Amino acid sequence: MTIHPASDRSLLFSFGDGISFDAHVAVARLTRCMEGVRGILNLHPAYTSVLVDFDPCLRSHAEVESLVLERMAGDREQAPPEPRHLEIPVRYGGEFGPDLADVARHTGLTEARVVELHAAAEYVVYFVGFSTCFPYLGGLPPELATPRLSAPRKHVPVGSVAIGGAQAGIYPLASPGGWRLIGRTDLQLFDLLATPPPLLRMGDRVRFIPVGEARL
Amino acid sequence: MSNFHVIAPGFLTTVQDLGRFGYAHFGISASGAADALALRAGNLLVGNAANAAALEMTLTGGEFVFESGAVIALTGSDFGSSVAMWQPVEIRPGETVRCGAARNGARCYLAVRGGLDVPRTMGSASVHVMTGVGGRPLRRGDVLGIGSAAVRRPRKPARGVPVHDGMACLRATAGPQAAWFGAELYSGSYRVSEESNRMGIRLLGPALPSPGGHMITEGVPLGAIQTPPDGQPIVLFVEHQTTGGYPKPANVISADFWRLGQLRPRDEVRFEQVTMEGALGLLRDQEEWLYSL
Repeated sequence: MTIHPASDRSLLFSFGDGISFDAHVAVARLTRCMEGVRGILNLHPAYTSVLVDFDPCLRSHAEVESLVLERMAGDREQAPPEPRHLEIPVRYGGEFGPDLADVARHTGLTEARVVELHAAAEYVVYFVGFSTCFPYLGGLPPELATPRLSAPRKHVPVGSVAIGGAQAGIYPLASPGGWRLIGRTDLQLFDLLATPPPLLRMGDRVRFIPVGEARL
Repeated sequence: MSNFHVIAPGFLTTVQDLGRFGYAHFGISASGAADALALRAGNLLVGNAANAAALEMTLTGGEFVFESGAVIALTGSDFGSSVAMWQPVEIRPGETVRCGAARNGARCYLAVRGGLDVPRTMGSASVHVMTGVGGRPLRRGDVLGIGSAAVRRPRKPARGVPVHDGMACLRATAGPQAAWFGAELYSGSYRVSEESNRMGIRLLGPALPSPGGHMITEGVPLGAIQTPPDGQPIVLFVEHQTTGGYPKPANVISADFWRLGQLRPRDEVRFEQVTMEGALGLLRDQEEWLYSL
């Protein structure tokens, strides 16, 4: 683990520079250990790192560093909590997945095979981030990896199921975005009245269930 | 219960406190007052806890009728109100408080003794404008309740108040990818773009050279200066994304966050590098001023 100050009120804890399930486990553990600690304002988990924001009037960089090391050591024997399992119904292709044909072309597979592979895998929510509670999913079958669009769309519809490079994701709110859209879900992934509003959380296991007429 | 009516909301007026903390790992940044120093000062002046909910007005102020009277303080930028700024002012029953266009800076705060009595979402009254978490900007006809959460007597007028005059020198500490950059950020002069908002302040000026390093998306703090491929820096602001994939040569210091909240389009911005110790010293001085109120 490497530790760097990111600002006068935050420290960045990094676990190597490779996106992997092991890195996710370490990221999730640090986040869990530091939730609700006095003087810690926010935790920003990502693929291989966690940014810890603290109140600089209550804590120093050195204190936060030793607090994290202490709590990580104390948690070593703890088994991680059982993950939640969620199923996401998806209508693939056609107007719901305008980039499905491009993904098939890029991967050399048929559209039906892309859908089959995408829906057969189990995904892990590596973290939730960016600007709109976006869940970053690990577990995309490697043969489905497809580069992002060269120019992002100005408007991606809410619930769009997408591939961005080797990662998978779902847009919980309508927003701009550059990932390839292969389907859409009607499931509400962001509920303003819920605490917290996003349905998917770090560590959740996700499966996509094809529904309705696939428009291939 | 005492309340006041919104006759005109102004360009963008929202309820803010110091922000909603503890939800970044669900993808929700803190939001909160863009000039938290002015919001805290306003609250302390009327005898509230520093974190009480108050109104944040942006570029153009609103018009409010106080049916039952109140004690208020206007802080931040001068929006041409007849109410004297940076001091507690007694508003008579039926009196109207009018604010106009910003004369300097971008944001003016209206704190009310007792605080605004508004619902809290996940522990905060702050409106997160981009997602709608915490509510929406004020509209004509809204009625806001005045709470009874004052904690001490109103204070004397503030002295030595921070003033923004259209040119900001932002102090910054080295960012996580500082080693990838030279000192270009600190030599150029930038202008605030019209496309700036509570998510980010976009700057226009000499492009920073694209660094060669390989970046994996990581958590980003308030005030991070990120550099997209076009080299035009973006300073992440109170409603910033929680993670980002652009390299960050520097981070604006906490003691200068209030200046970010007062920047308006076309203002000039320069950066000056300070050490971590220097940044924390400046923050201590600012806190001392605040608690001298």
